[in-house]
Amino acid sequence: MTSPALATSSSQSDNRSAFSELLQETFALTRRLFLQLQRRPSTLVAGVLQPLIWLVLFGALFSRAPEGLLPGGMSYGRFLGAGVIVFTAFSAALNAGLPVMFDREFGFLNRLLVAPLRSRSSIVLASVIYITTLSLVQSLAIMVTASLLGYGWPGAAGLLLVVVTLLLLVFAVTALSLGLAFALPGHIELIAVIFVANLPLLFASTALAPLSFMPPWLGWLASLNPLTFAIEPIRAAYAGPLDLSSVLLEAPYGSVTGTTCLLVLTLLTAALFLLIRPLLNRKLA
Amino acid sequence: MSLLELDQLEKSYGSVSALSGLSLSVPSGCLYGLLGPNGAGKTTALRILATLLAPDQGSVMVAGVDALQEPRTVRQLMGYVAQEVAIDKILTGRELLALQGDLYHLPRQDRNNRIDQLVDRMSMGDWIDRRCGTYSGGMRRRLDLASGLLHQPKLLVLDEPTVGLDIESRAVIWEVLQDLRDQGTTILLSSHYLEEVEALADRMAIIDAGRVIAEGAPEALKQQLGGDRVTLRVREFSDQPEAERVCQLLEVVEGVRRIVINRAQGYSLNLVVDGEHVLPTLKERLASEALDVFSLSQSRPSLDDVYLQATGRTLMDAELAVAGQRDPKRERRQSMR
Repeated sequence: MTSPALATSSSQSDNRSAFSELLQETFALTRRLFLQLQRRPSTLVAGVLQPLIWLVLFGALFSRAPEGLLPGGMSYGRFLGAGVIVFTAFSAALNAGLPVMFDREFGFLNRLLVAPLRSRSSIVLASVIYITTLSLVQSLAIMVTASLLGYGWPGAAGLLLVVVTLLLLVFAVTALSLGLAFALPGHIELIAVIFVANLPLLFASTALAPLSFMPPWLGWLASLNPLTFAIEPIRAAYAGPLDLSSVLLEAPYGSVTGTTCLLVLTLLTAALFLLIRPLLNRKLA
Repeated sequence: MSLLELDQLEKSYGSVSALSGLSLSVPSGCLYGLLGPNGAGKTTALRILATLLAPDQGSVMVAGVDALQEPRTVRQLMGYVAQEVAIDKILTGRELLALQGDLYHLPRQDRNNRIDQLVDRMSMGDWIDRRCGTYSGGMRRRLDLASGLLHQPKLLVLDEPTVGLDIESRAVIWEVLQDLRDQGTTILLSSHYLEEVEALADRMAIIDAGRVIAEGAPEALKQQLGGDRVTLRVREFSDQPEAERVCQLLEVVEGVRRIVINRAQGYSLNLVVDGEHVLPTLKERLASEALDVFSLSQSRPSLDDVYLQATGRTLMDAELAVAGQRDPKRERRQSMR
């Protein structure tokens, strides 16, 4: 694609493969995000602190819940653990769009778009890598704390299930947030959406209480809420031997197994990425 | 041979037309100045050239490559230094340059050598390892110029590179640009400073209302106007009747082409005359009417005169006319993706 007249100026890229160029630009963009995090770690700290407070306060609030209230007679702390882990990853991923929005608003994105990027998906890819790492690290911090509080630790297979479930959720929410970052006019609007979406999605899920505890309308909401589909497999991973074919949720519309949960999350992620693709293509064209 | 060809560019934002048939041809190895008041369409033209914006109509060719068809190749050929410098406050200048180098896919060693060179060349050594958030406007602009030069582009495009800068930074930038031109880089810069275009440009175009209305070497443009400019004051602060009297008196002198009374400068008289030889006659005529001369200065036509001739108003007047009309919010939205 380079004409002979241009050989001198673009010679440095002639001999290098497109893939290594893509790698170089993605790595550089990702590195920038991590440098920002390292020098301004408040997002990381707040992202761990908030769920931790949930865990401790809510755990204490309901520690005297009547025996037999929770399925399988588990303690409230153990029940809450899975919810808080998912909430941590969810909140972190919901913020994925913020750095992109700031780059859009302050013109840094234009600087990136003027450069001969091999593919502009490297900009999106860097955000996904960054936010995935960040949310997994935060979730892991919560898991370790929960285990120190005596709320248990999943086995090896369970841990794998936890990570896979979190990854699926994080990808889906990241796609949503990146889509919003390109669709909304500014960071004020994005923060408003994040603020409004965050807590109601938590309350209308099985993070804090089981379905059996909810009035029917809320039960319906909770059993359609994607967070529930992430919480239940993780709760199962904590509960004991792993069996994805067992029923994890008695939803108003029928029984939901672990496999179904993962399938729903996978489909959701795929659908969201397909949904935002035209938008990203247009904005990064 | 021209390195850059803009042909009949059209661009509107809603009902507001920013470019209406702008055509421009920049010869290879030339430092080319784009002169025009704020709002003339300079930034829009450069954003189209930088592949950030698609024109409604027209074509952009850089080194024979169609920028609208092969934007990536053109990005590789070009360094673009925008007007509003967007930097990452958290990164150090060096880290920002390294990021930029990676986006242009420089091999690591080349990248680092090149950064060292540029840090040295633009006297950034004292602060390049500090975070960008602490930089002054001049430091930022130097850093931005450095990042535009990192990949040694054939064509360097700068949008108002020295607007609002301190003298030292401006001097550094001017020097670097002149050196680059001498080494064969083609440079296109926009400016609304006459003295900047005067000092730097080999060729220039005057842009008004989204079109090129005059084009050529600054010297040639001034010569085309012909005649000398004379500013005359009979008193430091004169008045209208006196100015009109002197005007009538001198109008008939042979070699005087035109006289304008400049109210804003104490009713001084601005004359266009055939040449220096007219001056003694002017003085004689004034003496014969017992009029003193407070000051009498003569000069060759300036770029401002060129601008005045082409647009019918001075650059200063054009700036003032749009000064209150700019809408920073709208401009930011336009530049946002």
